[in-house]
Amino acid sequence: MAQVTLNALRKVYPNGFEAVKPASFTIEEGEFVVLVGPSGCGKSTMLRMIAGLEEITEGDLHIGDRVVNTVDPADRDIAMVFQNYALYPHMTVRKNIGYGLKNRKIAKDVINQKVEEAANLLNLNDYLDRKPSQLSGGQRQRVAMGRAIVRDPSLFLFDEPLSNLDAKLRNQMRIEIKALQRRLGVTSVYVTHDQVEAMTMADRIIVMNGGEIEQIGTPSEVYHSPASTFVASFMGAPPMNLLDVSRENGAVMVGGQQVAEFTGSGSVTLGVRPEDILPDANGSFEINVTLIEELGAHRILHAVWAGQPIMISVTKDVAAETGPLRVAIKPDALKYFDPQTGRRL
Amino acid sequence: MKRIKFETIVDHSILILGSLIMILPVVMLLQMASTTDLETMRNGPGLVFGDQIPINFEKAMFEASGFSGENTGLSMLYNSLILGFGFAIGKIVIGMMAAYAIVYFRLKFATMAFWIIFTTLLLPLEVRILPSYEIVQKLGMLNTYQGLIIPLIASATATFFFRQFFRSVPEELIEAARIDGAGPIKFFIDILVPLSRTMIAAMFIIMFVYGWNQYLWPTMITTDEGMFTLVRGIKQITQTLEGTNLPEYGKSNILQIIAILPPVLIVIFFQSWFVKGLTESDK
Amino acid sequence: MKRAGFSTRWLPILLLLPQLSIILIFFYWPAAHAVKSSFYLQDPFGFGETFVGMKNYTSLLKSSAYLRSAQFTVIFTLLVTILSLSLALLLAVKADKVIKGAKAYRTLLMWVYAVAPPVAGVIGLVLFDQTWGPLKDFFGLFGWDFRLGVNYFDTAFAMVVVSVWKQLPVNFIFFLSGLQSIPKSVREAALIDNRSASGRFWDVTFPLLAPTAFFLLIINITYALFDTFGIIDTVVKGEPSNNPMTLVYRVYVDGFRGNDLGGSSAQSVVLMVLVLALTVFQFRMVERRIHYT
Repeated sequence: MAQVTLNALRKVYPNGFEAVKPASFTIEEGEFVVLVGPSGCGKSTMLRMIAGLEEITEGDLHIGDRVVNTVDPADRDIAMVFQNYALYPHMTVRKNIGYGLKNRKIAKDVINQKVEEAANLLNLNDYLDRKPSQLSGGQRQRVAMGRAIVRDPSLFLFDEPLSNLDAKLRNQMRIEIKALQRRLGVTSVYVTHDQVEAMTMADRIIVMNGGEIEQIGTPSEVYHSPASTFVASFMGAPPMNLLDVSRENGAVMVGGQQVAEFTGSGSVTLGVRPEDILPDANGSFEINVTLIEELGAHRILHAVWAGQPIMISVTKDVAAETGPLRVAIKPDALKYFDPQTGRRL
Repeated sequence: MKRIKFETIVDHSILILGSLIMILPVVMLLQMASTTDLETMRNGPGLVFGDQIPINFEKAMFEASGFSGENTGLSMLYNSLILGFGFAIGKIVIGMMAAYAIVYFRLKFATMAFWIIFTTLLLPLEVRILPSYEIVQKLGMLNTYQGLIIPLIASATATFFFRQFFRSVPEELIEAARIDGAGPIKFFIDILVPLSRTMIAAMFIIMFVYGWNQYLWPTMITTDEGMFTLVRGIKQITQTLEGTNLPEYGKSNILQIIAILPPVLIVIFFQSWFVKGLTESDK
Repeated sequence: MKRAGFSTRWLPILLLLPQLSIILIFFYWPAAHAVKSSFYLQDPFGFGETFVGMKNYTSLLKSSAYLRSAQFTVIFTLLVTILSLSLALLLAVKADKVIKGAKAYRTLLMWVYAVAPPVAGVIGLVLFDQTWGPLKDFFGLFGWDFRLGVNYFDTAFAMVVVSVWKQLPVNFIFFLSGLQSIPKSVREAALIDNRSASGRFWDVTFPLLAPTAFFLLIINITYALFDTFGIIDTVVKGEPSNNPMTLVYRVYVDGFRGNDLGGSSAQSVVLMVLVLALTVFQFRMVERRIHYT
């Protein structure tokens, strides 16, 4: 197990494109960190720099107590699970899992034993002599996992490992991976563009956008206390409502009505989670519901509030119909962002 | 009874006619090889097969055709096999190595190497045949297998083909292999070559047929009858048909059948690989 | 190049060495040599050479025999290309359509690919034999006194027939695989939109085959120019005399038989320029074609 430290790590491609702006953070031993962001945000590049598949332009990378900037991927004591699994199509499952050990000149019987152990852990015993093409998507995913755990690495790297699976399998594998990581206690870095995966699996989430880190925090921090409008709208489905509002003498006004007090004046971006707006016959605000999305356990109401679209999430017990609706807002649920920079105020 | 559409009949008729046009000429060779030379000289190709094939076959394989008495069918078959195999193997090995270097290494002069190699696709051997002959002569390689094979390899078809294929291999495979501790040589042998098996087979078939069927280059490079290939020997055989009292039609036709049989069989038996190799080279 | 390519220095150089050295010795050197010799006049007895500038080229343009060959080459190339492409397309469309025996037809129509051109030439000699050639007899029924190797037109006719026969399989294979790669959904959509089978073919199938057809066009031109050497050499029985010949065959005859190295080199250079132009044209078109897929 190892601690991983990035010190102003930066990646600039030969064509001048800065994929990762100087990034610094530390991943603690045994921690499960998820890098999340839209495609092209630099999360994969960051992971590939940690793996040694991408050259580091500037900065230091520590794995354990070594600086590994120029260490070959094979010598970083890491294991990686790829998006398309990257299984060797001509090798059996057994050989696929054992290939890394074989290259380290480990005795055959030791390899065999370790492969069997990994297969046991992943329920792959019956498939050891099959080729990847004879396996289902979920089984291939497990083989890719097996290849990673068999080496007892001090660091696991996952590059969108679940995005090729269907929704049901994805949920199942998500839990399996998380449980496995808990059990083995290996430090892990996991890249995904799926915020649900990030929320459910991470000890800490690193949200990235445009090559920059927007926020680092626990799932709860990132969700309830987003550092920017980007994080606010990226995390959570449906996302946080963001409204352009004005401040007059320390009062935040929506549609000529005071919503809350907030010092300063001029325009501001007001953020509120859909579940923090509650239908309430005695509520102080009126919105106009235009569309209802039925999701079974709860409903999403699409509405207009003072000319701006908002979404409200209500439980199935709340009767809903289109038309005017009175709502109340939890006062502590309101977040304020700078309309220019998008940063939290 | 099921009604057969008129259109279907037309379709099949066209296909059958086409197939007959492809096959009949060679059946004709076979028929001529099965009768006596006298019969052929008088009547040419006929409808009835004779019983002379074994006799003609023996003549073709073991009797010398040339002036020096060195080129029997057997020796020509041997030379054709060497040319076919040597050319196919040489081209594949050299092409794979070069394609591997171009695709999988961070190489400063990769672009330059690429252009040097791929310019060769532009000019077939036929347009530079005389200077090539002179150079082979200067190097003292006339009437040698090296002189026969190596200049034919000097074009990048296989390299281009493997480059295309390697580029289509998923990026993650080399990344996974590097994390698994495989160096460049191990990756090539353990992963890339086994992965390319079908491609190698496809290339081999095409290159074998191409090498086996070479005519102009062997005609120029081999003057020593012991070095003749079957295809190169054909010209000499047909020339002996002229002016003799009783030309050896049977023997000549058997030799031609032997000359087309190995490549034809390979193409038929490994049809799917062959078609794949041929049509993929277009991309 | 791959993102995570190896950065070893010596290995790629070692890997490229065989290919590069063979190419330098047996491609660039002879090509350069051809260009150089085309500006010189060689002494027929091998005693040195004299620089003559463009004289080899100008005398080519003045030579009526060369111009006759050039003219024949153009006509020959056009005929072989058009005939073998259209016949192959017809057969491929039918082979793609029939259900019964599709595999057998495919095999029967493609195996001639493996027949060496000179053997095809010899088959031509038999078919058009002066005494008992079956095709000669057949044409005789219509009063056509076919004289291979004597009559210029008849000889050219035989060359075209044999060359088309030999080239048909390649075109057939490409067209068939092109047809088979047209998505089923597209065909089904066409089936719903258009009642007429020929309408469907010209409106949907043919445009989708156009990239293949264009690629084949280039392949066929190259074939007619260069790969027919073996056919022509056997059909004329190695005695060109007054028979038609292609430009490539003339390079060989003038240079190798006639020992006119300078003239033959000039001919080679002309052909090189021709092929280069063809390739540039092809690349241009291929760039366009990308938008298609």
